[in-house]
Amino acid sequence: MAKSFLSNKGTPLFFGFWWLLWIFVQWNVLLKFGVTEVQAIVDSYASNILLGASCILIINNMRYYLPKHEKYWYVFAVSFVLSCVWLLVIRTLLWLIFKNDEHYLSVLKNSSTIRFGFAFLMIGCISTISLLWFTQQDQQMGDNQKKEIERLAKEAELYKLRQQLQPHFLFNSLNSISALTGTQPEKARHMIQQLSDFLRGTLRKEDHHWNTLQEELQYLELYLDIEKVRFGHRLQTVIEFDENSLATKLPALLLQPVVENAIKFGLYDTIGEVVISIHAKKIDKFLEISVSNPFDPETAQPLQGTGFGLPSIKRRLFLLFGRNDLLQTKQDNNFFITLIQIPETV
Amino acid sequence: MKCVIIDDEPLARTIVKEYLQHHSDIEIIAECNDGFEGLKAIQQFQPDLIFLDIQMPKINGFEMLELIETPPQVIFTTAFEEFAIKAFENNAVDYLLKPFSKERFNKALQKVLHQPGETKKTDAILETASYSPQQAARVVVKDGGKIRIIPITQIQYLEAADDYVKIFTADGHFLKKKTMQYFEQTLLQQQFVRIHRSYIINIQLITRMDAYEKDSYLAILSTGQKLPVSKTGYSKLREVLGM
Repeated sequence: MAKSFLSNKGTPLFFGFWWLLWIFVQWNVLLKFGVTEVQAIVDSYASNILLGASCILIINNMRYYLPKHEKYWYVFAVSFVLSCVWLLVIRTLLWLIFKNDEHYLSVLKNSSTIRFGFAFLMIGCISTISLLWFTQQDQQMGDNQKKEIERLAKEAELYKLRQQLQPHFLFNSLNSISALTGTQPEKARHMIQQLSDFLRGTLRKEDHHWNTLQEELQYLELYLDIEKVRFGHRLQTVIEFDENSLATKLPALLLQPVVENAIKFGLYDTIGEVVISIHAKKIDKFLEISVSNPFDPETAQPLQGTGFGLPSIKRRLFLLFGRNDLLQTKQDNNFFITLIQIPETV
Repeated sequence: MKCVIIDDEPLARTIVKEYLQHHSDIEIIAECNDGFEGLKAIQQFQPDLIFLDIQMPKINGFEMLELIETPPQVIFTTAFEEFAIKAFENNAVDYLLKPFSKERFNKALQKVLHQPGETKKTDAILETASYSPQQAARVVVKDGGKIRIIPITQIQYLEAADDYVKIFTADGHFLKKKTMQYFEQTLLQQQFVRIHRSYIINIQLITRMDAYEKDSYLAILSTGQKLPVSKTGYSKLREVLGM
C-alpha cells in the first residue's frame, strides 16, 4: 500500500501548526465581529479541528481508493459534499452551545457562506494534493515493479545463455566414455571426473559470478581436455596469455561457448589437423581475448548463419555491458578469429 | 558380410568394433574418418552394410549418401540430430542414439540381417534430412573424382536434364541426381524462382526482362546468359520481385 504523506517525518507537526494558524486567524476575525472571547475560542477551535479531521478522513480515503477516471470531478464532488456536511455539523454544534446569544447566532448565520467557501477550499486543496501524491506513489510502485520484472527477465536470459550446453557435446562425450570403459577403464573414470567438473561449472546459479582469467582458463582447459579425448588425433590447442592479465575478472563461462564455437567450426569445416589458439592480453582498460580456428573460406559462408553460437555470445555481452561492439570477427587467410573485449570493472 | 564404419571420432568407432567382435559373420573392411574417405571405401569395397555418423567434417552423413548411386544398407549412429530423428521416425532404416547399449546394437543388426528389404528406404530419409538448415544452405555434388560443396548463394541457375539437374555456377556446371521439384521446394523462395519448366533462377542475377513471343519472356542474367521465362514463371517472378 502507498505510504501516506502524513507519515512523513515532520508532516504531522506542520499539519498541526497549519491548523493552529487558522484557529488564530479565525479567533481574531470573530473578535472583530464583537463576539465574546469564549465564543471566539470555542468557535475557532471547533471549526478547525473538525475541518482538520475531515481532511485526514479524505487523505485516508484517497490512500485506499483512487478514482481511475474523472479524477478531478471526483475531488470536486467529494470536497463539496464533505464541506456541506462539515458546515451542517459545525453550525448545529455551535447553535446548541450558544443558542441563547442572539448576536452570536446572527454572526454564525451570516458567516455561513464564507465558512463554506473556506472549508471547500481547504478540503479541495488537501484532496488534490492527496490525489497527486498517491497517483505518483502508484506510478513509482509500477515503475519499480517494471524494473524488477525487467531485471528478472534479463537474469533469466543471461542464465539461459550461459546454460546453452550443446547436447552434441554431452552425448558424444558419454559415448566416448562408453567406449573407454571396455578398453581403458582408468581413462574412462578420469574422463567421467573431467566431465563432472565441467558440468558442475555450468550449473552454477549465481548470475553475477565473475572469475579471474586464470580460473576461466583452467575451466577452458578442462573442456579442451574432454574434446581432445574425442578428437585427440585432430585437435590441438595453444593457450597464450600475458602474466598481468591473469588476475583480471570476467563473467563466468563467457569464453567457453566462444571456444566451443571455434572447435565446432574448425573441426567440421576442415579436414585434418585443427589448431585452436587462444590469446589473452590486457590493453588499457580492456581484457582482450582472441580465439582462432582454421576454416575453409570457400565453404564456410553458409555455415555462419546456422547454428553457430556467436549471436548468443554477442547478446550476452550486450546484457552484461550494454555494448554491442565487444565481439568482433575477422578472417585472416584460412583462419577465423573471434575477438572479445571485456571492459575492466572496479 | 562386409561392413564399413564411418565416424569422425575414433572412440565412437571403437565401440562399434567392440560390439561387432561377437558377430563373426560380419567383417570390418574399412574405418573412415569422414565422408570423403567413406565414399572412397564404399566405391572400392562395395560393402553390404555401413555404420554412418551424421555430423562429420565438410559433408555430413546424409550428403555423403546422396552421392552414392546404390547405397548399401545403413545403420546411422548419431548423438543428437533433430532433423535426423524426424527422418528416421517414419522409416525402417535403423539408427542408434549415442551412447547405445550392446542389446540395442544387436537389435539393429538383427533388423538389417533378417529384414533387409525393409531397411532400404534411405531415399525417404535423405529427402527429409535435406530440409535441415545446414543442407538448405549448400549442395554437395561430385565433380569428376572430387567432391564439391556449393553454397547456394553461388548457384546462378538450375537446368533440368533428364534424371539430373544441372547446377550452374561461376566455375561451370555440375550434375546432381535430383528433380527440379526437389530444388524448387528446398531452395529459398525469396532467392530462387522457377521461371520455366526447365529452369530455376537466382533472382539476384537478373538484369533485364525482354518480351519474347506472345506470353513469354527472356531473362537476361548479369553473365550475359539468356533464359526463357514461361507465363506462370513470369507471374511468379513479378510476385517475388514485387513488380
